[in-house]
Amino acid sequence: MKKLFVPLVVVVAAMFVAAPIAIAEADYESTMLLVQKIFYFHFATWMAMTVAIAVCGIASVIYLFKGSKISDWCAVASAELVVVFGVFGLFSGSLWGRKAWGVWWQWDARVTMATMLVLIFLGYLMVRKYGGPGSEKLAAAMGIFGAATSPFVYKSVDWWRTIHPQTTVMRTLGEKWPGAWLLVLFCSAAFVLLTVLLLTARVRLEAMRSRLDEMYLALED
Amino acid sequence: MRPGFVEVALLVLKKDLAIEFKSREIVYTTLFFAVACVMIFSFAFVMEEGVPVQGAAAGILWIAVAFSGTLALGRTFERERYGETLRALLLAPASRPAIYAGKLLGMILLMAATEVILTPMVAFFFHAPFFARPLLLAALLGLGTIGFASVGTLFAAMLVRTRTRDVLLPILLYPVTIPVIIAGVRGTAALLQSPPEEPVATLWIGLLTAFDVVFVTLALWTFEPLMTE
Repeated sequence: MKKLFVPLVVVVAAMFVAAPIAIAEADYESTMLLVQKIFYFHFATWMAMTVAIAVCGIASVIYLFKGSKISDWCAVASAELVVVFGVFGLFSGSLWGRKAWGVWWQWDARVTMATMLVLIFLGYLMVRKYGGPGSEKLAAAMGIFGAATSPFVYKSVDWWRTIHPQTTVMRTLGEKWPGAWLLVLFCSAAFVLLTVLLLTARVRLEAMRSRLDEMYLALED
Repeated sequence: MRPGFVEVALLVLKKDLAIEFKSREIVYTTLFFAVACVMIFSFAFVMEEGVPVQGAAAGILWIAVAFSGTLALGRTFERERYGETLRALLLAPASRPAIYAGKLLGMILLMAATEVILTPMVAFFFHAPFFARPLLLAALLGLGTIGFASVGTLFAAMLVRTRTRDVLLPILLYPVTIPVIIAGVRGTAALLQSPPEEPVATLWIGLLTAFDVVFVTLALWTFEPLMTE
C-alpha cells in the first residue's frame, strides 16, 4: 500500500480537479437547472459512505473473531469516514432540498435514513471514546450491528415515506442521458478512491499511535 | 455431561424469573416508568378540548415500550453486576449462546408483562381502537419486542464492564433498533385506521420478522467473543 499511496494521491487529486470542470460543462437539466449540479457530488458521497459502512462491518467481524489489530484500525477509520461523508451528504442534500422542495429539511425517506446511519456510526465513535478499557470490542459489536441494520433502515424508511427522487431516476439516467451518467460514475469513483486514500492514511496513523504506546510502555518497564 | 442448549436457556430463565418473582423490582419499576411516560405524552398530545391528536396513540405506545425496555435491560444486568454473578454465569460449563438465549427470554417476558398492561391503558386514555385486530397487534408487539430485546440484551451484557453503561446503552441501542420502532409505529398506526389497513400491517410484520431472524442470529454468534475478556 505504501508504494501505491503517492500515485493514488495524484490520481485522486487529478480526478477532483477534473470533476468540477466536467460538471460545469455538463448540460443543464431542463427542470432543475443549476441546482441539479449538486447531484454529481451528492450521489458520489453516498457511494463513498456505503463503501465505508461495508468496510466497517467486515473489519469489525474480523476484529471480533480474529483479534487482528489492523482490522480494528480499519473499522475505526471507516466509521469516521461514514460520519464525515454522511454529514457532507446531508449538507449538500439540504442545499438541494432548499431549491427543489423549498425547505432546508424534509422528513423524506433518504434524508431520514442518512441521519440514522450517521447516528449509528456516531454511536460507534462514542463507545470507543467513552467505553473505557476494552472498548474496541464493544465498538466492534456496534460496527457489526450498525452495518447489519443499514439495509433495514434503508427499507423501513423507504416504506415510511418517499418524496425523494426514486432510485429509478438512477436506472433510467443511463439511457436518457449517457453523458451525465458517465459523469456520475466518474464522481463516484473519485469519492470511493478518496475513501480508500483516507482510510489508508488513517490506518497508518492508528498504527503509529499504537507503536508509540508500546514504546512508552517499554520505557516504563 | 454438559447440559443441552434449551436446558441451559431455560435454567437461566428460571433463575431470572425466580429472582424477579421474589422482589418484583423490575416489573413494578418498569411499569410505573411506562405509565409516567404515557402521562407526560398526554400533556403534549392532548389538545385543549381534551381530544388527543389523531394517530398519536401508536407512537406513544411504542415509545413507552422502548423507554421502559431500556430501563429493564439496564436493571437486569445491573443486578448481575452488583451480585458479581455474571462472571460465575459465564464460567459455568454451559454454552454461551444458551446463556444469552435464557437472558433474552427473560427480557422478552418482562417486556411482554409491561405491554399487557400498557396497551389497554394507552387504548383507554387515547381512545385508540387497538383491539379491532388483536392478533395483528399482538404479532407487531411480539415481533417488535423480540427485535428490540435481542439487540438490547446483547448490548446491555457487553456494556456491564464499562463505567458509562447507563448512557451508552440507549445511545447504541436506539439507532440500531430504528427499523423496529418505525415498523412498530407504522404497523400499529395502520391498524388504528378505520377500517384497519391489514395489508400495510402485514408488510411491517414481514419486515420485523426478517429483522428478528437476522439480529437474533447475529447476537447468538457474537455473544461468545464479546463476553470473553
